[in-house]
Amino acid sequence: MYQFLYDLIGNEILAGLLVAVVPLTIILVFALFGIWLERKVSAHMQDRLGPMRTGWHGWLQTVADLMKMLQKEDIIATDADKTLYNIAPVLVFTGSFAAYAVIPFSSKLLGSEVEIGLFYVIAISSLVVAGILMAGWSANNKYSLLGAMRAAAQIISYEIPTALIILSMVMLTGTLSLEKISQMQTSSFWNWNIFGGAVFGLSKFLLIPFMIAGTLIIFTSTLAEVNRVPFDIPEAESELVAGYFTEYCGMKWGMFMLAEYGNMFAVSAIIAILFLGGYQSPIGYLGNSIGAQWLIPFEQGFWFIAKGLALVFVQMWLRWTLPRLRVDQLMTVCWKYLIPFAFINLIIIGIISLI
Amino acid sequence: MKNPEEIFELLKNEFKDIIIGLEKESPTEPIVAIDPMQINKVGLFLRDNDILKFDSLMVLSGVDDANGTKVKDDDGAEMISGGTLSVYYHLHSTNLKHKITLKTTTPRENPQVESVYNIWRTSDWHEREAYDMFGIIFVNHPDLRRILMPYDWEAGYPLRKDYKNPEFYKGMKVPY
Amino acid sequence: MALKTETMVLNMGPQHPSTHGVLRLELEIEGELILSVKPHIGYLHRCFEKHAEAMTYPQVIPYTDRLDYLAAMGNNFGYVVAVEKLLGIQIPERVEYIRIIMAELQRIASHLVAIATNGADIGALTPFLYLFRDREYILSLFEMTCGARMLYNYMWIGGVSHDIHPDFVRKTKEFIIHFRPTIVELNNLLTFNKIFIERTANIGILPIDTAINFGASGPVLRGSGLQFDVRKEDPYSIYNRFDFEIPTGKGLVGTVGDCWDRYYVRVLEMEQSLRIIEQAIDNIPGGDVHSAIPKRIKPPKGTVYSRVENPRGELGYFIISDGNLNPFRVKVRAPSFVNLELMGELCKGHLVADVIAILGSLDIVLGEIDR
Repeated sequence: MYQFLYDLIGNEILAGLLVAVVPLTIILVFALFGIWLERKVSAHMQDRLGPMRTGWHGWLQTVADLMKMLQKEDIIATDADKTLYNIAPVLVFTGSFAAYAVIPFSSKLLGSEVEIGLFYVIAISSLVVAGILMAGWSANNKYSLLGAMRAAAQIISYEIPTALIILSMVMLTGTLSLEKISQMQTSSFWNWNIFGGAVFGLSKFLLIPFMIAGTLIIFTSTLAEVNRVPFDIPEAESELVAGYFTEYCGMKWGMFMLAEYGNMFAVSAIIAILFLGGYQSPIGYLGNSIGAQWLIPFEQGFWFIAKGLALVFVQMWLRWTLPRLRVDQLMTVCWKYLIPFAFINLIIIGIISLI
Repeated sequence: MKNPEEIFELLKNEFKDIIIGLEKESPTEPIVAIDPMQINKVGLFLRDNDILKFDSLMVLSGVDDANGTKVKDDDGAEMISGGTLSVYYHLHSTNLKHKITLKTTTPRENPQVESVYNIWRTSDWHEREAYDMFGIIFVNHPDLRRILMPYDWEAGYPLRKDYKNPEFYKGMKVPY
Repeated sequence: MALKTETMVLNMGPQHPSTHGVLRLELEIEGELILSVKPHIGYLHRCFEKHAEAMTYPQVIPYTDRLDYLAAMGNNFGYVVAVEKLLGIQIPERVEYIRIIMAELQRIASHLVAIATNGADIGALTPFLYLFRDREYILSLFEMTCGARMLYNYMWIGGVSHDIHPDFVRKTKEFIIHFRPTIVELNNLLTFNKIFIERTANIGILPIDTAINFGASGPVLRGSGLQFDVRKEDPYSIYNRFDFEIPTGKGLVGTVGDCWDRYYVRVLEMEQSLRIIEQAIDNIPGGDVHSAIPKRIKPPKGTVYSRVENPRGELGYFIISDGNLNPFRVKVRAPSFVNLELMGELCKGHLVADVIAILGSLDIVLGEIDR
């Protein structure tokens, strides 16, 4: 996309800036939409209506909340460590925002074409841990510290099953680039990786149960990465008031929230690319059938966002159905169940891919 | 299942002088009156004896009998001097299903009652409340401090009949 | 060289999203492990017992509502039963039936709150909304009868304040038909949910002997396996005419006496209350509900201790009368006051997250603890 913009504008810096701005707008618009969606989904599941007055069915509610948050007074506790306190939300937001640079929204809309996209995503989302620990420590509050410790332990542990499943996909497709993985799953949903990938023969059918298991494992472990129920111990409302962001108010708290929703969509996008075909359509392109080739990237963008949103919806659905796990049970799930299964998955996929 | 008269006979045989008497004037149950500083022995016997087996203390309440003489204080307020404070124990057995009421009386000026903390743990907070509200000191209670009023309330014991609210508590005006 | 470690004192202060009122819990923790829990109460002390000495017997009844504000009918019931024992008067049959129906409806409403908040503390936020919707039906039944949704001043000494509305019987029957499937849905959603079981089974185990020694009552005692219910032990009103069971904890998914057992006892008790209401609702005799209310209430000198089964446990009133219009002493034995003493015992050796689960299973209301 950088090349396209550079040809259009002719100025390197401006083209580079625009390339950065596009994912930023996407993440902001999504956060706006995502918070509204969460409130409506939770309300309808709980037999009530949710926001109804601000705009049609309350879709402007998030804008109203944003304006309120911007006007709030920024209170910092006296004994808080001011530098760390101010940097922490920035780090957390950066960690989740930077992952959008390599996610292909369609064949033409891609922030940066790196060959090692997946590796970069795993690495950069670890920045979030540093931010959370800073937030918990600098607030000078025992609740925040407890929440931050739990969050750090949780995120670091659950990165391992995520990495193992990603490793198995890399082994299968032979490339680290998200763009190439999306391109490999073309032409119909039967070629999606969850159904064995774009290969022919016996190995495809053998792979299907392990691919499905892999999807479930990575879905669970990314749920823990973004601190959603049933793994939301770090922000457990009834135990620790609000965990590591207890002491934040106004826009800084808004940054944490933005980061959480951005993270939710980012991990849904990664799962969609790895297993559900990325931006490929399951039923063929309208643009192809009516001869309008320029329509195809828009359709791909639509399919991609639809898949991402479906996974986000499942995440929200789980949040309002299940109680939360206790800290040691969380760790048990990760180390005693998810990691062995992910490892076995990896070995078997490796064996099958040799066939 | 025993009725209160039989239980009284049993206790009288066992403890002789500690048991003061059986009060029968109330319309409901007769009450066994006991010496305040010996109530621990009686309580242990009541709990551990096989015929009685009173393993549950239902409630322990302090009462201001208000049977002293009324004297006028310096401010013209009415104080009670002399008289007694009482503590009532209601016991009950989950196996044998009988109940008994005990009562001890102590003088108002220096109220001291032996604690039954080691017999029934229910009495832990009940005794703290009786101390908080009436000023009855429970000897041998491990942690006797105020429970409902603030820990540093110095103006007396609220449920006594001659209690007056203080004007100020830590700079805040009390009656409003 | 040994590392110097200190234990951390964490204050779950008076204002906290899940301590059911203004309760301060002082936790001494080492990492996530709890070494001791000390509850501090008294933040809601409103001097009920001193007020009662300054008012006449009927004037005390609205104040008793506000003790355990989630089960106000039960508080009223306990007080009027105690005073009627002192006076020795006979209550008309119609009044007895109405009182029992109201008390059982109140039991269901109170258990709904207990179960909903227990689930909400563990993290299941949706059953909270569903159960409160069902509680609304009960509150509108109460509103139809006496005009108030939460603090009723309904049961008077010798009768009740208002006769039931002509539509009351029909609407109660509709409620019964509507509520039975809700319990099934609750079981599917929360009771047998694997994560909920992991959070509450084998946590806060209370052996029977400790429970009796500490004076526990209500679902806390029955969850440990003892079949003790004041309605069957010391029958008051006309409970001995109705046929109902007493559910106890059996350790279905864990040990006998853990948090899950106490929770499940509450769910089963709601079903038993429905049984009692069904037996009573069709047989309300006719009559006047105000006929036995005395003009001036001046009980003879004496003392009485009478207890009723409130949803939270055994509520006892110890009333001393000295022959005047005002009571000489009213002492309330609040079930939550006694149950809260168990916190220190139950939390030993558990994690911080379990404190919330245990507190939710004890089901306390600060109104009656502090009076």
